[in-house]
Amino acid sequence: MIDYRSLSAGQKVAVKYFAAAMVLFLAQIVFGLLAGLQFLMPGFLYNVLDFNVTRMVHINAMIVWMLYGFIGSVYWLVEDESGVELVGARLANINFWIFTTAVAVVVVVFLVVQSGPGNQESIWLINEGREYIEAPRWADIGIVVCVLIFFYNIAATFLKGRFSGISGTLVLDLIALAGMYLAGMFYTTNVSVDQYWWWWVIHLWVEATWEVLVGCIMAWGLMKTLGARRQIVTTWLYIEVALMFGSGILGLGHHYFWIGTPEYWLTIGGFFSALEPIPLVAMVVHAVYDAGRHGFQSRNNPALAWLIAHAFGNFLGAGVWGFIHTLPQINLYTHGTQWTASHGHLAFFGAYATIVIAMVYIAVQRVRGDVWMSEGLPGNGWKWKWALGLLNFGVLGMTVALLIAGYEQSFIERAVGGSTWTAFFEAQRHPWFVQGMVWRQIFGYMTAAGILILLWDLMTIGAAETRTAKVIQAHTPRTAAQAAG
Amino acid sequence: MSKQRIVWWASEDFWRKCAIFVTAFMAVVLIVLTFDSVSAITAGRGHVPAYTVINQRVGYVFDETRNMKVPSIGAPAPLFGKALDADEALALVDLGKVTSQAKNCMDCHTILGNGAYYAPDLTKAWLDPAWGNEASRETLMLNFLMDPNRYARTYGTNRRMPNLGITEAEARGLVAYLKWMSAIDTNGFPAGFVPIEQGD
Repeated sequence: MIDYRSLSAGQKVAVKYFAAAMVLFLAQIVFGLLAGLQFLMPGFLYNVLDFNVTRMVHINAMIVWMLYGFIGSVYWLVEDESGVELVGARLANINFWIFTTAVAVVVVVFLVVQSGPGNQESIWLINEGREYIEAPRWADIGIVVCVLIFFYNIAATFLKGRFSGISGTLVLDLIALAGMYLAGMFYTTNVSVDQYWWWWVIHLWVEATWEVLVGCIMAWGLMKTLGARRQIVTTWLYIEVALMFGSGILGLGHHYFWIGTPEYWLTIGGFFSALEPIPLVAMVVHAVYDAGRHGFQSRNNPALAWLIAHAFGNFLGAGVWGFIHTLPQINLYTHGTQWTASHGHLAFFGAYATIVIAMVYIAVQRVRGDVWMSEGLPGNGWKWKWALGLLNFGVLGMTVALLIAGYEQSFIERAVGGSTWTAFFEAQRHPWFVQGMVWRQIFGYMTAAGILILLWDLMTIGAAETRTAKVIQAHTPRTAAQAAG
Repeated sequence: MSKQRIVWWASEDFWRKCAIFVTAFMAVVLIVLTFDSVSAITAGRGHVPAYTVINQRVGYVFDETRNMKVPSIGAPAPLFGKALDADEALALVDLGKVTSQAKNCMDCHTILGNGAYYAPDLTKAWLDPAWGNEASRETLMLNFLMDPNRYARTYGTNRRMPNLGITEAEARGLVAYLKWMSAIDTNGFPAGFVPIEQGD
């Protein structure tokens, strides 16, 4: 059964965002598989859907589905956290459809028009041609308007209701997140200036404001799934914010080693980015401590499993995989190779895909009428377990395969060959590189299988369930009340 | 557990203040450094050359003091045989830059090492030995950009650049953009790169 009508206004909006996020997640892997195939069969879709198109859709679908997931998550928790109904629910719904229509138009233009003549009209209407933020300028403006409406919904709801440590952090973080996007919305001839500000968007989103945002979602998620104490999760959240912004803001410097910026960034960027894994260790300690403290007794086992996957994935993908090539002494040879792709795959999945999936499971449980989703699910919950396993091992496998290809590139193209075009192609032809690409593709199929099972599970889990959700043992009357309903 | 029993360094209040202070402090440091860096990377200052550098020969030489390779600006060597004034040079490089964005070069190539990894890095494309010699370089680059199917350079990988409908004017702009970019001081990236042989 689907208990959609009993959802609150904010939850109804959230469900729309989650549904769109899952569709885009599927699109991300489809275009990722196409791009991966083009490494193995360069003639595949040549002059039809070239690599620059498939790769662009692959990474943009990822950015957008994660944003959808975050927005959905915040709409989902805002009423519970503030204690009042969502302010401006009608506007939020209209906003969803405008945003989604804009995304659809951008994707169609990417696929059909692809590129334009070398003038400003192309930048405004077709493609901005800057990795991760390729959306044309009209869409940039639309995104800002949509994010402002979203911000109004959230901030006004908290202002009307109650503020907590989580909501205070969340609102301030959303201001920073929206503000950072403005840094990428201009054109300049000077590529060094261009990339300087471009990294303000990419890095300060992905390695700062997004991390804090998922820290807020994690704090709320641990209270909901485990009944963790508010005081504990809030204190951890502050620790994580201090460490995250303490290391991540100047950790931006690791993108300023080689783009024409002054030499002092080698020291500043190297030092602070080397500290960036520390808050991610804190997140692992936090999640595992809380889960262990509650004997892994959860009212939503799939969500808890994905929250734990998030803690470890974030630490491994963003922390360890980032650290291994972040010092300038090694980055001089790894910059612009498959090392970065390896890091990108595990970091985006581990840090962000996982927690959005956890939130979707929390939402599905409620949509199904707050049904039982703890141990003893039909079929022993094989679908969610297989999806969890295939997705995590699939992405980890791609990560390792890309890292091996990156090692080979660093040595043969960069260190030995001196980064000439001949050296680039010599490295691309090398059997170790080719084998890396083959294994990346195989693990890509494994990831795709995981997504299909995940979507199947999300559509079916709890459908025939008659038991109500497990009441978990909480430590304070307040948390117990929230856990009970 | 009562609030009184929590030691100060584990208290919510202490870490809230820490979070606010650390974030504010780091943001201020970043803003100060940004003023300095943006000034240093303005064209014609510090590490980034003026656009008129396309009128001169650009090289890549080892600097003993900095222990890294740095761009060298040599004798006059006007691009396409015509020296340009500051406005003309800016217009030509700008045409190349906007074309590189409109054609989405960055989702196959890397530019200053950033982008995708399907095709070679463009940071030193102007200086790449693959163009054979100085005399034929400009023509080869123009031909390749305008008709990459016919003038494909796959190095045995069968990986070809798609036909992006680049006009001759856009191709000239792209070559100017690449020449200007090769003169940016990138703190020794790429290391060990040996440029095409040139007159000085």
